Amino acid sequence: MLRAEGLTKLFGPVITAVDDVSFTVLPGRVTGFLGPNGSGKTTTLRMLLGLVAPTSGAALVGDRPYAAHDHPARVVGAGLEPSFHPGRTARGHLRACAPQVGASDARVGEVLEQVGLGQAADRRVGGYSLGMRQRLSLASALLGDPPVLVLDEPANGLDPEGVVWLRTLLRDLAAEGRTVLLSSHVLGEVQSTVDDVLVLSRGRLVHASPLSELVARAGDATVVDGPDRPALGGLCAEQGWGRRIEPDGAIVVEGATPAEVGAAAFAAGLELHRLGERGISLEDVFLRLTQPPAPDPEEAP
Amino acid sequence: MSARLRAAVLAEVRKTTGGRLWWLLALGMLGYLALVGGALAASIALAPETSAAPLAPRDAALTIYGSLNALGYVFPLVVGTLSVTSEVRHRTLTQTLLSEPARGVVLSAKLLAALPFGLLYGVAGALGLVLAAGPVLAVAGDGAFLGDGEVLRTLLLGVLVTGLWAVLGVALGTLVTHQVAAVVVVLGFTQLVEPVARAALSAVEGLDVVGRFLPGAAADAVVGTSVFDQVGGGSLLPVWAGLLVLAAYAVVLAVAGWRTTWARDVT
Repeated sequence: MLRAEGLTKLFGPVITAVDDVSFTVLPGRVTGFLGPNGSGKTTTLRMLLGLVAPTSGAALVGDRPYAAHDHPARVVGAGLEPSFHPGRTARGHLRACAPQVGASDARVGEVLEQVGLGQAADRRVGGYSLGMRQRLSLASALLGDPPVLVLDEPANGLDPEGVVWLRTLLRDLAAEGRTVLLSSHVLGEVQSTVDDVLVLSRGRLVHASPLSELVARAGDATVVDGPDRPALGGLCAEQGWGRRIEPDGAIVVEGATPAEVGAAAFAAGLELHRLGERGISLEDVFLRLTQPPAPDPEEAP
Repeated sequence: MSARLRAAVLAEVRKTTGGRLWWLLALGMLGYLALVGGALAASIALAPETSAAPLAPRDAALTIYGSLNALGYVFPLVVGTLSVTSEVRHRTLTQTLLSEPARGVVLSAKLLAALPFGLLYGVAGALGLVLAAGPVLAVAGDGAFLGDGEVLRTLLLGVLVTGLWAVLGVALGTLVTHQVAAVVVVLGFTQLVEPVARAALSAVEGLDVVGRFLPGAAADAVVGTSVFDQVGGGSLLPVWAGLLVLAAYAVVLAVAGWRTTWARDVT
C-alpha cells in the first residue's frame, strides 16, 4: 500500500511542482496516476520512492518511508526511467540490480523471458529501441518479485501489441494481490488497465475515485443553441446544470436530457435553433479535470 | 560490512564488469607503462658513461619500477570518477538509488568497489613496466634487479597506491559529477597544476613542506621514489604519512560530495 499525506514540493521559491497531494493506493488493484505532462506525476512518484525530498508532507510505503525499509527494493519494484548504461547488456543491467533484491542469475534469465527480451538479453542496451528499454525497465521492477509496483509512463514507446501485453501483465499482478501504480498522460492508454484513478493537474490532485465513478461522469449530455446564448447559459446556471461551450459556440449541457432542456427553454420563452443528444467521452471528462477553466463569456457581466 | 553494504558493493562491481571499458583501460595501462617504462629504461641503460650524475644500476632500476605511480595514476583516477559521473551522464542514478536509497551506503560501496579495480590497474601497470623495462635493463643495462627486495617493495607499493587513486577518483566524482568536467579536473590538476605547484613550492624556503602534502607528492612518498625525486622535486613524507594523506584527500572529497551534490534531489 502506498500513501501520500499532504505531499508538497517546491522547486525554488516560486515553482510549486506538487501541492498538498494526499491519496492512498490499495493492494489488489491497478491504480492509474493521470495528468498532463508537467502536472507533477513524476515528482510525486519520486517523492514516494525517496529520490526527491518533499518540502512538506509524508510519502509512505506501508507504514514507513521507502528508504526506511530493511530491504526497500524488495518491497517496491520501480520502473521510473528507461535509462541504462549503453555499454551494458540487458542481462548485465539486471545482474547489477540483482544483489539488492536477492535475485539469482536464473531469476534474471526468467524475468528477461517474461518481458520478451530473451533473444536480446546479451546485446548491449545502446542499440535498444524505446520499447525494448521500457521492457527492460519493467524487468528491473519485476526482478525482486515485489508486492508493490510503481511504474512511470510504462506504456510510453510500446507498440499497440506491447500495450495489450502490458495490460494483461499488470492485471495479473494486481489479481495476485499486488499494489500496482502506473502513471500516464493519456487516459485512453490505461483506461482498460486501471481500477482506480488519481488525476493530477498543475500539481494538485483534482480527482480520486474508482474508474467506474469517472465513467459515470461521462455519458449523455445535450447540445443546445439559440440566438440568445447568454440567456441559455443563464438558464443552465439557474437549473444547476453543468455546461461547456463547443468550438462553434453551442452549449453542451451535462446532466440533462434534451427533453428537460427543451422544456426549460420553452418555459423561459427562449428560442432554440438546435437541441440534441451528445455523448461525452471519458477523455472529455479527463480533459475537463486537467485543463485550466476556459473563459466563460456567458458569465461575464 | 552490513548485508546492505555488501549487496551494494557487489552491485557496483557488476556495473563495472558489465561493460568493456574496465579491461580495455587495464590493457591500455599495461601498454602505456610498457611503452614509457621501456623508453625510460632504454634511455638510462643506453646513456653514455660520460653523462653527468649517472645513476647506480640499482637506483636506476628502482627509479623505473617506481614510476608506476608517477606515470600511470591518471588511469585509476579517471576510472574512479567514471563510477559516479557515468551514472549521472546516463541517468542511471535513479535505478541505483531505487536499489539502495541510503545514499551513504551507495557512496561507501562505490569507494570500496573501486579499490580492487584500482589494484588491478596497478598490477596491469606493474606488469607493463616489468615486461618492458626488465628485459631492457637486463640486456642493455646492468641487470633487471627483479629479485631485489627493495624493487619488489617498490612495485607492490606502486600497486597499492594505484588502488588508492581509484578510490580518490570516486571521491572526486561525487563532488564533480559531470563526466567531462571531472576528466578536465583530473588532467588539469595532475598534468599541470600539481607539477607546477610542486616545483614552485619546493623552490621556496618553508613552503616545500606544503608541497609534500599535494596528492601526487603523497603518492610518491608511498612508493618512495619518483621521477620528481630524481630531478629535485623536494623531499617526501614517510610511507605511512603518504598513505594517510591520500586517504584524507579521499575522505574530504567524498564527504564534501556527499553533503552537497550527493544530497540533492534526483529528478
